Amino acid sequence: MQRSNPAPRLQSAGQLPADRAPGTFARLVGVFMLAGLLLTPLQLWAAEEYGYPIAGAYDATILGTPANLRPPLPTKMRVRNLVLDIFPDRDRPPIFFYDDGLRCTFAYQKHPAPLVFLIAGTGASDRAAVQISMLKALYQAGFHVITLPSPTNANFVISGSRSRVPGDLYQDSEDLYRAMEVAWSKVKGDIEVTSFNLSGYSLGGTEAAFVARLDRERKVFNFRKVLMIDPAVSVFHSASRIEELLNQIPGGSGKLGAFFNRMLYKFSEFYNYGNFVGIDDNFLYAVYQEKVFSPAEAAGLIGLTFRINLAGMIFASDVMTNSGYVVPKNKVLKVGDSLFDYLMVSSHLSFLDYFEEYFLPYYQEIHPGATREQVISYFDLRSIEGYLKSSSQFGVMANDNDFILTAEDRDYLKGIFGERAKFYPRGGHLGNLEYKENLAYMVDFFK
Amino acid sequence: MRIIRIKCRAILIACVVATLTACAGSGANIRSEIPPRHSISELRDEPFAVVYDPWEGFNRHMYKFDFYFDKYLFLPAVRGYEFVTPVFLQDRISNFYNNLAEVRNFTNNVFQLKGKESAKTLGRFLTNSTIGLGGLFDPASKLGLERSYQDFGKTLGYWGVDSGPYLVLPIFGPSSVRDTGGLMVDSGITYGIYTLVDPFRGADNEFAITAGLETLNAIDTRHQQSFRYYESGFPFEYYMVRFIYHEKREIESGKAGKDKANQQ
Repeated sequence: MQRSNPAPRLQSAGQLPADRAPGTFARLVGVFMLAGLLLTPLQLWAAEEYGYPIAGAYDATILGTPANLRPPLPTKMRVRNLVLDIFPDRDRPPIFFYDDGLRCTFAYQKHPAPLVFLIAGTGASDRAAVQISMLKALYQAGFHVITLPSPTNANFVISGSRSRVPGDLYQDSEDLYRAMEVAWSKVKGDIEVTSFNLSGYSLGGTEAAFVARLDRERKVFNFRKVLMIDPAVSVFHSASRIEELLNQIPGGSGKLGAFFNRMLYKFSEFYNYGNFVGIDDNFLYAVYQEKVFSPAEAAGLIGLTFRINLAGMIFASDVMTNSGYVVPKNKVLKVGDSLFDYLMVSSHLSFLDYFEEYFLPYYQEIHPGATREQVISYFDLRSIEGYLKSSSQFGVMANDNDFILTAEDRDYLKGIFGERAKFYPRGGHLGNLEYKENLAYMVDFFK
Repeated sequence: MRIIRIKCRAILIACVVATLTACAGSGANIRSEIPPRHSISELRDEPFAVVYDPWEGFNRHMYKFDFYFDKYLFLPAVRGYEFVTPVFLQDRISNFYNNLAEVRNFTNNVFQLKGKESAKTLGRFLTNSTIGLGGLFDPASKLGLERSYQDFGKTLGYWGVDSGPYLVLPIFGPSSVRDTGGLMVDSGITYGIYTLVDPFRGADNEFAITAGLETLNAIDTRHQQSFRYYESGFPFEYYMVRFIYHEKREIESGKAGKDKANQQ
C-alpha cells in the first residue's frame, strides 16, 4: 500500500487525544504531538494540501475519519423521527413486528431554509453514522434535512418498496420519490422551504441522479442542486468489484466464515499483546498503524461487510415476497425463531447470485424480452447521460482511489461534469466523507 | 360410566370438528412448506459470529420486551430529560455518575490485582471528586489518568470464568450468565458502601432523595448509550448485537485471542 505524505499524517496523529491513549501508543502520540507543533508553520504554506491522512483505499474505507479530524458538529438539534406509512394495507410477518413504517430522520430550522434529502448507501438506514454526520453538518449551516434509508435496507424493502424486490434502479428511484413525497406532506405544515435539494452517497449517489431525472417529469420538488457522493457509475460492475475483494481471501468467498473467525482471532491477539484500556478509537487506530491486517485482508473485510449487508436485504426480500429463496416457501417465522442459518446462507450468496437467480427472473417476468446485458446497462449512469449532461444542477464528490470505480468510470464522471466533479486524492470508498474539508465542500455545494 | 364415555366422545368429536373448521377457515396460513433454493446444507465453511446461546428463543422475546420498554417508558423519559436539561448540565450529571462508578472500577481493578490501574482509578476518583467539584468535571483525563472501565463480570472473566450462555436481561439488555452474576455483585458492593456512608442520613425525605438519584442515574445511563433496539433495520441485528457484546467482553477481559485451538 502506498504511504501518505509524512507532514499531514504527523499533524493529524498529533491531534489524537493523548490523555486517552494508552501505554506505548501514548508515547508515540506524544512524539507526534511534538512533531505536529514543530511542523505547524509548514502548514501555512502547505495549506492547499489535502489533509485526510489515511493513504490506503481499504484502510480509509474501514477506518473512516479519525474523530479529531471531523468538524465540530451540533449535539442538540431540532430533530424528529418520521415513520411513513406508505402502503397502509401491507401485511408484515411476525418477525418484522418492529417495522411500523419507513423510517426517516428530519432535522428542521425555525426560519425559511432550503431542504436537502439524503439517500443512504447500500444496506444503510436513515440513521447510519455518515448519514447523521451529513445531516448535522447541513443542519449546522442552516438547512432543513430529511435522511432516507437505502432501498437495499430491510426497512425500505419491508415498508418503502412497492415490489419488495430491490435492485431495479428505476423502480427503486420511484419508491424513493414516493417516500420523499410522503415525508414532505408530513412536514410541510411545520416548516418553510426555499428550495429542494438532493444528495446521496455510494449507491444512494447513483440513485440521486435517477430520482432527479424522475423529478424533471413529475415536477414535485424541482431540485435546485443534486450532489452525488462516491457514486457507482454502473451499479452492477461496482457491486461486482466489491465482490472481487473476497477473491483475495484463502479459499475465496465460499470460505468467508473461516476468514471472519481468523480475522477476529488476529484482532483479539493484538489486543492482548498491547496495553489497551478498551476497544475504542485509539485501539482501532493502532490496529491500522501497526498493520495488523494485510491489504488483502483489509480488502476481504470490506467484501465481508458488504456480504453481511446484502444478506439482510436478500433475507428481507425473500420473507416479504415468500419466494422460497433462502427461507422455506410458506414458512411463517415467529419472534422467538432462530434466524442464524438464514444469516449463514444469505451471507454466502453473492451479489451475482442474487442478480442471476432472484432479481433477473423477477425483472424479466415484468419486462419480457429484456436480456441480462440490457438490464445491466440500464442500471448505469450512462443510460441517462443525455439528461445528466443537459442539467447544471449536478455535482460529484468522489475519490481517486475509490475501488468501486475504474479509471474509466472516473474519466467518465470528470468528462460529464467537468468542474462540478470534485475528486480528492484519497479516502477510498466513503472513508473521507466525515473529514472536515469534505463536509465543508458538501455544505458549500448546496449554498 | 357410559354417559361419561358418550360425553367424552362428543367432546372429542366437537374438538376435531372445531380443529378442522379452524383449518378450513385459515387455510391460507397452513400451506405446506417447500424447501428453499439455498439451504445450510450446501455450505462448506465455518459458521461465524458464533456465541453460545442455548436460550435463544427466550432471549429473542426478552429483546422484544426491551424494545417495547424502551419505546414506551425509558426513551420518552430520556427525551424529556434531554429536552428540559441544557447540554452543559447533562454532561455534568453524566460526569457525576461516571465518577461514582469509579468505585466499581476501582474495586474490580483491585480484584484483578492490577496495581497500576487501581492506583490510576483511585487517583481519578480523588482528583475528580475534589478539583473536579464532586465529580462534575473530569480534570483527571487531562492529567493522563484515563478511565479504566471494570466490573465484576470482567473480573470473573479475567480469572478464567467462562461467560456461560448469552442472556438478554429485562431493561439491562445483552448480558451473559457470568456478567449477570457480576452485575449483582457490583450492585451489592455499591449498596454496601452506600449503606455504610449513608450520605443522606437524617434527612427528612431520605427515601425520596435516594429514589430520585437512582432514577436520574438510570436515565443518565440510557442517555449516554446511543444503542436503540431494531434501529439498524438489519434483520439479523440480534446476532450482530450478541456477537459484539460477547466478543468485546471476551477480548477486554483477555480471554479471546489466546487459545490457538480456537483459531482453527
